[in-house]
Amino acid sequence: MSILQANIYYIGSVGLMLVGLYIILAKRNLIKVIIGLSFFETGINLLLISIGYVRGGTAPIFSNPDVKAEGMVDPTPQALVLTAIVIGVAVLALALSLAVRLYEHYGTLDLRKVRELKW
Amino acid sequence: MAETLLVLAMLGVAICACVFRDLLSAVIASAVVSLIAAVLFFCLHAPDVAMAEASIGAALTTALFVIAIRKTTRFEEEEK
Amino acid sequence: MRGLIAVIVLAVLAAGLAFCLAEIPFGRDIGDVGGRYVEQGVQETGAANVVTSVVVGYRGFDTLGEVTVLFIAAMGLGAVLYGRRPSGGRREKPSLILSTGCRFLFPLIMVFGAYVFIHGHLTPGGGFQGGVIAASAFLLMYLGCGGKRIHRATLGAVESLAGLAFVIAGLAGLAVGGYFLMNVLPKGTVNQLFSAGIIPVIYIAIGLKVGSELAGIVENLLEVTE
Repeated sequence: MSILQANIYYIGSVGLMLVGLYIILAKRNLIKVIIGLSFFETGINLLLISIGYVRGGTAPIFSNPDVKAEGMVDPTPQALVLTAIVIGVAVLALALSLAVRLYEHYGTLDLRKVRELKW
Repeated sequence: MAETLLVLAMLGVAICACVFRDLLSAVIASAVVSLIAAVLFFCLHAPDVAMAEASIGAALTTALFVIAIRKTTRFEEEEK
Repeated sequence: MRGLIAVIVLAVLAAGLAFCLAEIPFGRDIGDVGGRYVEQGVQETGAANVVTSVVVGYRGFDTLGEVTVLFIAAMGLGAVLYGRRPSGGRREKPSLILSTGCRFLFPLIMVFGAYVFIHGHLTPGGGFQGGVIAASAFLLMYLGCGGKRIHRATLGAVESLAGLAFVIAGLAGLAVGGYFLMNVLPKGTVNQLFSAGIIPVIYIAIGLKVGSELAGIVENLLEVTE
């Protein structure tokens, strides 16, 4: 039980990635698939930040002059994930516009009925 | 202990979003997942990332989804 | 059948990830790169927020790429949804609470967003977070203030000029004789508003660009559905 509790962030982020990937692979509605894509990206961001955690660390901000530099968490994955979140919303906006256009053309969002996208 | 409960709640709500038939409920569930992820980012001492995830995931993504659902169908089709 | 194959793929992926993550113990010591950024970051860039100095200072070119990707996505959305007439005026009027609250809250949210992206080098926050907060103020206005719209040309002009300002700030470093995105303004003392050289200038440009871009995306998507 304690190994579950010590690595709870890894388990949570991998679990969220797997839920997102299951929605992408097994669901038929396009908006559901885009929701699954958003879950997948959130899971990956959570995994990256939890890898950069330092035990007993604080946030990497020098708010007053007597904050020590040792004992801060790693700032590099945080910069990476900031970029990844913004690009995630850009991809989502473009995917939703394609879904709206697809619905106007085919009249349905069911991926099995849309001919060119059969699995 | 608090983080364990939050992570289990996040996984539960994510599975709910997979199961719901009403797409509007699934979108609200995805907003709750983003909110819990923002709290987890704060627990991992990353305040910049927590602000970005809270504002983008819980506000803007949900608004875009609701606008897209309004133009297309609201309910998922039944399984054959 | 499809669900079964999906579960098998997921099981293989989960096993692979578990093997990889077993080698990385949770909460280990900071590495070499992160250690250098934390120890020398304030001295080399002058920003109190180390994540800001990494995003804009050490990896500023990647941030330029990210701004470009956001711009391409907005352009793609505009191209896919091109040439639609807003169909009819069949919209419900917003309720009294929503319209009153919207008129009251809109300037407050804009000021808060501007505060977040101006103080990006001192407190948690920065260009992207502040820009998204300003865009959510625009979203409130589209939903609650009943038919008011920002002039489309103004949004496009603000977005283009802000993006241009970022590139010009980078080229200023090249013009002085150094490298692209070199710090040409004085670093000042830490924890002051006018410090950290070129970082507040770039973050203000990014905040304005992201805010107007996301407001344009929301308006583009809304206009189709009316």
